Amino acid sequence: MIQEINTGKMIDVVINGEKVSIYEGTTILDAARKVNVKIPTLCKHPDLDATASCGICVVKVKNNRKLLRACCTKAEPGMEITTHDGELFEVRKNVLDLILATHPNECLTCLRNRNCELQTLAEEFGIRQQPYKAMVKELPKDVSTKAVTLDPRKCIGCGRCVDVCQNIQKVHALEFLDRGFDTRMAPAGDIVLKESPCIKCGQCSAHCPVGALVEFDEVSNVWEALRNPELHCVAQIAPAVRVAFGEGFGMEPGELVTGKMYALLRKLGFKAAFDTNFAADLTIMEEGSEFVKKLTTEPKSLPLITSCCPAWVDFLEKYYPDLIEHFSTCKSPHEMLGALAKTYYAQKIGVDPSKVFVVSIMPCTAKKYEVQRSEDMKSSGYQDVDISLTTREFVRMTKSSGIDFKSLKPENVDSMLGTYTGAGTIFGATGGVMEAAIRTAYFLVTGKNLGTLDVEAVRGLKGIKTGVVDVQGTKVRVAVAHGTGNVRTLMDELREAKAQGKPMPYDFIEVMACEGGCIAGGGQPYMVSNELRRQRTAGIYKDDKECAIRVSHENPDIKRLYDEFLEKPLSHKSHKLLHTHYVSRPLYYK
Amino acid sequence: MDKKYFFVWEPEKLKQNQMYNAFSKVINEKNLQEKAEVIKSLFLGLTADTPVVKIMPEGNIYKGFAESDVETIIDNALNGKTSKFTCECGNKNSKVPEADPQSKQFKIVLRNAGYINPESIEDYIMRGGYSAVEKAVFSMTPDSLIAEVKASGLRGRGGAGFPTGLKWELTRREKDPVKYVICNADEGDPGAYMDRSIMEGDPHNLIEGMILGGYAIGSSQGFIYIRAEYPLAIERLEKALTAAREKGLLGKNILGSDFSFDIELRWGAGAFVCGEETALIASVEGKRGNPRPRPPFPSVSGLWNKPTFINNVETWANIPVIVEKGGAWFATIGTEKSKGTKVFAVTGKVKNPGLVEVPMGTTIREIVFDICGGINNGKKYKAVQTGGPSGGVIPEKFLDMQVDYETLQSIGSIMGSGGLIVMDEDDCMVDVNKFYLQFSVDESCGKCAPCRIGGKQILEILEKITKGNGEEKDVEKIKSIAMAMQKASLCALGQTTPNPVMSSLMYFEDEYMQHIKGKKCSTGKCKDLVSYTIISDKCIGCGLCAQRCPVTCISGEKRKPYLIDQSKCIKCGECYAVCKFNAVSRG
Repeated sequence: MIQEINTGKMIDVVINGEKVSIYEGTTILDAARKVNVKIPTLCKHPDLDATASCGICVVKVKNNRKLLRACCTKAEPGMEITTHDGELFEVRKNVLDLILATHPNECLTCLRNRNCELQTLAEEFGIRQQPYKAMVKELPKDVSTKAVTLDPRKCIGCGRCVDVCQNIQKVHALEFLDRGFDTRMAPAGDIVLKESPCIKCGQCSAHCPVGALVEFDEVSNVWEALRNPELHCVAQIAPAVRVAFGEGFGMEPGELVTGKMYALLRKLGFKAAFDTNFAADLTIMEEGSEFVKKLTTEPKSLPLITSCCPAWVDFLEKYYPDLIEHFSTCKSPHEMLGALAKTYYAQKIGVDPSKVFVVSIMPCTAKKYEVQRSEDMKSSGYQDVDISLTTREFVRMTKSSGIDFKSLKPENVDSMLGTYTGAGTIFGATGGVMEAAIRTAYFLVTGKNLGTLDVEAVRGLKGIKTGVVDVQGTKVRVAVAHGTGNVRTLMDELREAKAQGKPMPYDFIEVMACEGGCIAGGGQPYMVSNELRRQRTAGIYKDDKECAIRVSHENPDIKRLYDEFLEKPLSHKSHKLLHTHYVSRPLYYK
Repeated sequence: MDKKYFFVWEPEKLKQNQMYNAFSKVINEKNLQEKAEVIKSLFLGLTADTPVVKIMPEGNIYKGFAESDVETIIDNALNGKTSKFTCECGNKNSKVPEADPQSKQFKIVLRNAGYINPESIEDYIMRGGYSAVEKAVFSMTPDSLIAEVKASGLRGRGGAGFPTGLKWELTRREKDPVKYVICNADEGDPGAYMDRSIMEGDPHNLIEGMILGGYAIGSSQGFIYIRAEYPLAIERLEKALTAAREKGLLGKNILGSDFSFDIELRWGAGAFVCGEETALIASVEGKRGNPRPRPPFPSVSGLWNKPTFINNVETWANIPVIVEKGGAWFATIGTEKSKGTKVFAVTGKVKNPGLVEVPMGTTIREIVFDICGGINNGKKYKAVQTGGPSGGVIPEKFLDMQVDYETLQSIGSIMGSGGLIVMDEDDCMVDVNKFYLQFSVDESCGKCAPCRIGGKQILEILEKITKGNGEEKDVEKIKSIAMAMQKASLCALGQTTPNPVMSSLMYFEDEYMQHIKGKKCSTGKCKDLVSYTIISDKCIGCGLCAQRCPVTCISGEKRKPYLIDQSKCIKCGECYAVCKFNAVSRG
């Protein structure tokens, strides 16, 4: 992925004797990629600024007596750069040898086996022995969150996780502790993650080059459930999974594999293949109604802030508990589906709800935390969702099943909790929940659908997007933020207005904790970049366009659900099963 | 009559403040407070192991006196007479720094230290202090000030030797209206205390230098990043800053001009890497003191992303004199490429350890033998280490080499900040390098892999060698790791960590091989490679060794050969040292 930013001015440099024109400000690393030269690196991630810590990307620049780091050195006009020669190979290999001396030799039992940047580099460099004394630090594994696993022994100190946690997400859970050889990455204050400000977004695990930060692996628990003859296992897939899951099998990012995934679920032994998109439509009915109710009866209580992202819920409860009153009480879609699977669905098919086992396939690590977040997550009388797997776990599970995913014939969803509209599917991208909500809220107020259903103002990768929607003369001010770093800016604006007694600047706010939304969630396949975000997002909007129905309130299964079971949005039963409460939580538990 | 100031220094072995108290007592008992004042001096140039007093303003220095002599010294001084303890005498109250051909020293940076009361701004002004600020603010443009500094040829005294004037010019050129100047007072090399002495002995000199720097680049705020382990320097700087503000030399509209500038102190927590400028900036900003890649250089984007320039204490201390006397004058001192003087903190196996300030180009022989009196106890010179843990050794064959930036680099060492550690035949090169490596390993910030892991691996190998488990391929391993560290580390700390060991391998590889192949350490420093035995032919049975042995592992009868019990011996070498008949062998 070339991270070349159009700065207007082109410059020429020479790389390994070949002239290349690049925009001024491009790094040597990216300039080299433009002429198809790969400079190895362990710490530079296409999504992040260079931390310049590994020292492997060093190159030679003519008339410069020192080697320069390609990741953070901007190419200058006329530079003559050598990226590969015997000396550079020796230096890089030596650095790699040093790093390998501190890294446990546990590739075979590591979650990142065959998907590890360090392992790949060791293979490329032809490492056959370890010349230096093994110095692996004996540090305990931290599984306290049951969402993200931290194994500091495997950390190579690249700093990506700390960068993403502090500078992108602005959570400040992870920090470097100690100095020199003893430097290690850990929650600030050397406590366990669960007692830290960590929001379980998992962005650290999505950016870690090795197995130091990974999703809490629950694949074996799902296999166990599937092999238990007493259980009735059902599964649901989240909106964003269908545009990324194929990457695990060599397919293009953004390629829709929804039908194949339904087929896969049944082949794996799930009794029903449900779709979280259905529950997203349901969320819109509940949340849209909640918004319209506030807009028409108590506009002073606005803005309403969306609540489908569990990392965001945790962030709000920890950092902005004073804004809880503005939070939508709607549960996230997969929790709604879990609750319905163990009530409505169980009743309809006549299965003991205690035997229904719900597995969610999510782009997210925080959903693992969410399934046990509070007593509200047991609204059916049982834990509504039993296990939440990340996309990455589900890729591994599929590979272990012997099923050739790519050759599967697409199948249909199980309709009771499965049929979805275009509004449900766009939940997977930033701005999607807002767009889906606008489509239905407009209908709920005016009784008719929007002229064009595409709400372009809330789409795209800009950190904070704002706009005004005219709902029959009422100007509804909306804002969308993604990536908790951007979210902070927006929440501070609300807090400031509140403190100064000024009117609130927005009426409806959508928040997703990960940049780009769930398509780039902490549980999605690796090496995310803005380019990859755009590709996955394009898949999402393609799905929307191809749906015959694109507004939640027209989903026939949703209508049937209300008719047969829930009565109406915000009914007593809805509140019991589909809504939740929030509490202020401390940043640090010690 | 002028008041007399008695600057008292006493060696650690004396009771704390014994002489200081003696002076105070006499002054108080005789009611001389109007005429005499005693000041504790932590710094008195070359010092020996006896108390020293310097009497200002004459500058007479006495040493080797006893408590009972104090009254006489005071009386004589107040009556304009000299005392019999004089070791160095004469009126040193000369404002203009001059070469001292007799001592081979040339004091520019240290021109006031020890001669004035560092807590008195009047003393500093009396010696011409702050006249450079006056001159600059009223008769020089920032550009002409930078031109003087460029003409002086002054280079950064922190170690790397970047031309100071050029650095200033680059920062001045930046368009941002907010700029910062920083003084790097995070002196951390083992054995180095040049900067501390300047700050403790002449704090206004540093402040004046920074004011001039602020004027030159158009900054209104300076910071002194000083290590918290220097409490006296901090106290004196605080006092000096207050005094300068009271005199209108700091703050708004300095001396009534339209130039405003102030200085704040920021305490460092003792991390050596914070001497690296980008790590220092991070620390001042309140972040973890880790270096970041350059470019952008601080002159473009430094403190809080504003153009910033950083000079170390000694560099700043040169500025007032350059402005006062002109760049051309300064450029007459030193060598072709290294101008001015350099302060060294000479420590180790030398007769007169202490601070020396010599013109660039002085030889190691002149510093060690002529100025500092040569090697202690008649031992043989082995090497000096310059540049501390980032530098290297200078063996005997280079004793007559001129000390300047380029020459030192050409033989595998560096100028460094001015630590100069003298080693004699009793020092083991492997052991010494273990010390330096341990220092760098402890002080690595841990951010970049080559430094974080490489240093630890080399240290591990050295430990293996000193324990007698070295293999021949270990030297090659050290060289491979060193190459990776030098080429791929992010900052100077990692790039220079292998310097001491590489430089000692260059000149003392035999000694490494003796440890590795012969499993011997001829100096006896590596205890695992040494055993002491008594040569029965030579032993006359005097029993002195047995008396001195701290673990009583030597036994025998008088007038018969004694025997060492190897299982109890701790290899302290005491028996070897005390035997007058060379009857104890070390091997």
